[in-house]
Amino acid sequence: MVAPVRGQSQWRPVVRFIAWAMTFVVIAAVLAQALITMGLIELGFSSWRSVAIIIVLWFIVVDVAVYVTGGLKGQRLLFLLPALQITVSLIIFPTLFGLVVAFTQWDLGGVSGPVFNGLDNFKRMTTDEFFWNALGNNFKYVLVAVPLQYIIAFSVALLLNQGIKGQKFFRVAFLVPFMISPVAVGWMVGRSILDANRGVVPKVLEGLGLDGVSFFDQRIPAFLGIVAMDSWVAIPFMMVLLLAGLQALPTEVFEAAQIDGASSWQRFWDITFPLMLPVSVTAIVLRVIFEFKLVDIVRVVTAGGPGGATDTLSLYIYREGIESTNVGYATAMAMVFLIVVVVSVTLLLAFSARRVRDVVY
Amino acid sequence: MSAVAIDQVVPRARFNWTRSLGRLAIYTGLLLWTIVFLFPLYWTVTTSIKPKEAVIQGPKYIPWVDFQPNNAGWFPLLFERGTQSAFIRHFQNTLAVSVLAAAFAVALGSIAAYGLSRFQYRYGPYNNTQIRNFFLSQLILPPAAAALPILLLFINLGLKDTREGLILMYTVMNLPIVIWIMFDQFNAIPAELDQAAKVDGATEWGAFLRIVLPIAAPGLVAAYILTVVFCWNEYFIALVLSSTDAVTLPFMIAGQVTSQGVRWWNMAALTCAAIAPLLIIGILLERYIVKGLTAGSVK
Repeated sequence: MVAPVRGQSQWRPVVRFIAWAMTFVVIAAVLAQALITMGLIELGFSSWRSVAIIIVLWFIVVDVAVYVTGGLKGQRLLFLLPALQITVSLIIFPTLFGLVVAFTQWDLGGVSGPVFNGLDNFKRMTTDEFFWNALGNNFKYVLVAVPLQYIIAFSVALLLNQGIKGQKFFRVAFLVPFMISPVAVGWMVGRSILDANRGVVPKVLEGLGLDGVSFFDQRIPAFLGIVAMDSWVAIPFMMVLLLAGLQALPTEVFEAAQIDGASSWQRFWDITFPLMLPVSVTAIVLRVIFEFKLVDIVRVVTAGGPGGATDTLSLYIYREGIESTNVGYATAMAMVFLIVVVVSVTLLLAFSARRVRDVVY
Repeated sequence: MSAVAIDQVVPRARFNWTRSLGRLAIYTGLLLWTIVFLFPLYWTVTTSIKPKEAVIQGPKYIPWVDFQPNNAGWFPLLFERGTQSAFIRHFQNTLAVSVLAAAFAVALGSIAAYGLSRFQYRYGPYNNTQIRNFFLSQLILPPAAAALPILLLFINLGLKDTREGLILMYTVMNLPIVIWIMFDQFNAIPAELDQAAKVDGATEWGAFLRIVLPIAAPGLVAAYILTVVFCWNEYFIALVLSSTDAVTLPFMIAGQVTSQGVRWWNMAALTCAAIAPLLIIGILLERYIVKGLTAGSVK
């Protein structure tokens, strides 16, 4: 039986024509709207909404055209196209747009629009102590929270891997924090359990002799409080990864080590840990990526205080761009933030790839 | 491969006493961690049924022993029209946005993952690995970095404070995760199945939709549930884009935190109601969530 020919020949030229026509319509629409926005021609159409709709139609037409006229290659390309289209429109394009906005002075709540101001935003950033404080905090969070989460997650995973009864109960119980919105955790833990007057932890600390601990009035306890809440939410994810990794380890190596008389401690450091390195690296890199994004818990519990001790760059960008409507400067900070995170993660990946290679091979 | 305790590999008799002590230590450790992970939940549930005195006088732990429960916490949510309708509105927004965005993300993401798994793409300097890295690298992007340009864009497109806007954003934000999970899933399905289907006359899309997709169903479910969880709990983008109409549950909880002050009983009830759906899903579908989380990292 012969495979039916996709796209009867009489339709192909039609579809191809429509696709090209649509492309010209899109270009014309974008140009026209640009001219309207710059005030050079008058045609109504005050927003870019119609252009957006035309672009979406164009995407769909291109998808159909690629499938109908592209043959085998076209059918295969169609698998990728929608994801590419939506990513380019909603991530790549806005980020490029942000690159332009970063060089403007733009008060969203004001009357005038964006005003090009060269490198002023970036010059301001170099002396902005809030910026450096927030950026520093981001790195502090990564350097403090991620190792803590890793150690705890690994310990819990090791406990769960001992083949004890009731595994299912513990695994479900340990997954609970992952299912709860960080915002809810902020209230549940930050505003009630850690509350200075009525909360559980200060009371317990009082019993241990530490009077008057007010978590969110002092810099270091506030920072640690945020780290604790973030870790509470983050550990289940790491634990799940590490437990799966532990369960996939080959038992023969452990049998041999036991016969050779290796102690539990030796077994862990010389066998378990090195074999777990690839999974550990994946878990840590993912956690670092998410740790840089920390903002929900901070906003709900401390709003960045006291005195900026818990502030993160994401939160500062939000304060500056939305609450102070200073979109130009905030976007400039956002671009710098993006570069810093990308560079950091890339360095981390390069470093860990080399370490894993050295140890495992 | 099931977990094999190291101790089971060696004969029992020699280690009996140490083993029992070891087991006790393990259970104690696990129990301690269970308390740490579940206590905030327990506290929130019990606080929601506490009377005012039980909150203000300092921490009370056990209902009917430390305090007499009452329904002051749940009353506004269950019986007051205003509170109830506000909650329902936030709930409906969250539900609609999560369910739809997850569906789109899984649809777009899994076909892309399938393409990357089966075909060799080559467009100029870009091959499969780079296309895949392009998608996965979106995960590194902090929402704050893109949020402002997107806000400006959405204001101009009339998408600010709309469900549609949130759905679009959540779809694109969750693509990397879906592609990560489904790429792994499709790699685990032998390509011979596709080949067999094509020999029988199926096209690329036909083989995908009729043969491979049904087999990959558990992976799709895992990716879907995980995406729903991320959308449901997402706060930052919802905060930036919404104000009055497209408000979600995290938005509501965050908004109530300062205004409720010490009315913990109300806040606790609200929080319980907001997190309950995902908790139920987590308990019932833990298997799928774990499957989704461990995709790609464990061979």
